[in-house]
Amino acid sequence: MSELPGELLYTEEHEWLRQEEDGSVTIGITDHAQAALGDLVYVELPEVGAELDVGDEMAVVESVKAASDVYAPVGGTVVAVNTNLADDPEKINSDPYGDGWIVRMQPDDMANSNTMDPNAYQELLDSLED
Amino acid sequence: MPFIPHTEDDVKAMLETIGVSSIEQLFDEIPPELRIDALVGVPDALCEMEISRLMRARSRQDGAPLCFIGAGAYEHHVPAAVWDIATRGEFYSAYTPYQAEASQGTLQVIYEYQSMITALTALDISNASLYDGASALAEAALMAVRANRNVKSGRILLAAGVNRTYEKVAHAISGNQGLKFDRLPLDRHSGMTDLSVLSKIDQAPVAVVIQQPSFFGSLEPVDRLTDWAHEKGAQVIAVVNPTSLAILKAPGHWGSGGADIACGEGQPLGIPLSSGGPYFGFMACQQGLVRQMPGRIVGRTTDLDGKSGFTLTLQAREQHIRRSKATSNICTNQGLMVTGATIYVSLLGHEGLQRVAHGSVQNTTELLAMLTSVKGVKRLFDGAHFHEVALALDRPVAPVLRALAKQDILGGFDLSADYPDLGNALLVCATETKTRDDLERYRAALSAIMAAGPN
Repeated sequence: MSELPGELLYTEEHEWLRQEEDGSVTIGITDHAQAALGDLVYVELPEVGAELDVGDEMAVVESVKAASDVYAPVGGTVVAVNTNLADDPEKINSDPYGDGWIVRMQPDDMANSNTMDPNAYQELLDSLED
Repeated sequence: MPFIPHTEDDVKAMLETIGVSSIEQLFDEIPPELRIDALVGVPDALCEMEISRLMRARSRQDGAPLCFIGAGAYEHHVPAAVWDIATRGEFYSAYTPYQAEASQGTLQVIYEYQSMITALTALDISNASLYDGASALAEAALMAVRANRNVKSGRILLAAGVNRTYEKVAHAISGNQGLKFDRLPLDRHSGMTDLSVLSKIDQAPVAVVIQQPSFFGSLEPVDRLTDWAHEKGAQVIAVVNPTSLAILKAPGHWGSGGADIACGEGQPLGIPLSSGGPYFGFMACQQGLVRQMPGRIVGRTTDLDGKSGFTLTLQAREQHIRRSKATSNICTNQGLMVTGATIYVSLLGHEGLQRVAHGSVQNTTELLAMLTSVKGVKRLFDGAHFHEVALALDRPVAPVLRALAKQDILGGFDLSADYPDLGNALLVCATETKTRDDLERYRAALSAIMAAGPN
């Protein structure tokens, strides 16, 4: 299991968030999630400009055996989506915290989000393995 | 896999292993008040001999009348080889191909079927079939709504000649999901959709459905309708007759962009009329829409050893994976019917199918000339027709059809019930199965009935 990047925040649904300098938030799924899904074949992305509440369906990641919803970890507006994933969905498998980013949002209120720090997420992962 | 029956001794051994004394005991957890002792109102079972006798008597009641009814199901000649091959045990008893390594035969047949449908429709992908033409339209409408994210209304616009029964079924299936079906007006002279209203439509529909040939047998201006729909930002759903695709322009070539989705009834391809079924629905679409397509899809790929093989693919659309978010709740296809249809088309080939289409159009054209020579019978529309055409009678249609039926002739489909504003209208169809004598027999019988005066 690779190390969890220390500068990111995480959610119970195995998503990560990176707060950017301009106030936006980049979102993807964690290494644990991509391993569980298997080779990704398709990613359904939201429309740029879409307004989402925390917990809304934001994207769908599809592998040969499952299709999983990715939920908005924070409420806000979609400002960018990773269009490279259309031709190269396996980027999520090979580089989940980098080139495999999925959506960038301008959040309404970071305080109203269900995120946790890397230690808390690691604890969650450890408890799953038991 | 061959059928493996079990003997009384086998059953006893299995029950002993499980630890129960009878199969009945396995149902012990169902509360007694929920169990049924007798099926009240259901007669006793008949044995095979009794059933055979009963069904033979019933089929004698059907007789073998001369059939000139089209209206969505068409009598074409089915070569004996089609069902001789399709009823082979390997095809007939093949089950759902979820386990690819045990189902290569079935999967290949379905793949060939899909290839056949994409060739006929000139579209990129076909699914493994749906129940029938009517439910295929319902699925196509739902698919168009999913695919067209730009139009939020669930408004589906139907061209004037779309089968009314298909509309009712589509509404029954999808009406509760927010879809609404509106119909464009009919030009009473040409029998085609009245295009003059198009410029007055502001609110873009999510999809436009065009049936070609129309329910009346008329040929619609598909290019203009397709281009108009696309300009408005609507998806185009083509409802087409597969025999006609041997000589008419394929939906993939309609307008400048081609239809987005094509669907229809597959019965004309080698499936007997059988009092209404089983038939099958086909559906095909452009590449970009494939992830919204319902139903099974068979794909061709290579296995771990690099050998070519077939498998169900894009299964994450389906309900056994996506559950409530699946593209549809269908988890089946009409396997036996598409096997028959694929064998039919492969035996006929492109040239054979063209001959069936041309023969049908020619016979209908001849029948039209002969019937309109009878006093009291006129042609209803003046536009071009395919292998069906609508007639206007000078008296109610139903009594005329009854009189024809007494002479073992099924004269056609009475339009006046569903289309009262068309007056005394009769839809007639003559496929390649009719001979000149057949057409003359109809003409003579109708002539006598019409001359005898209204009754």
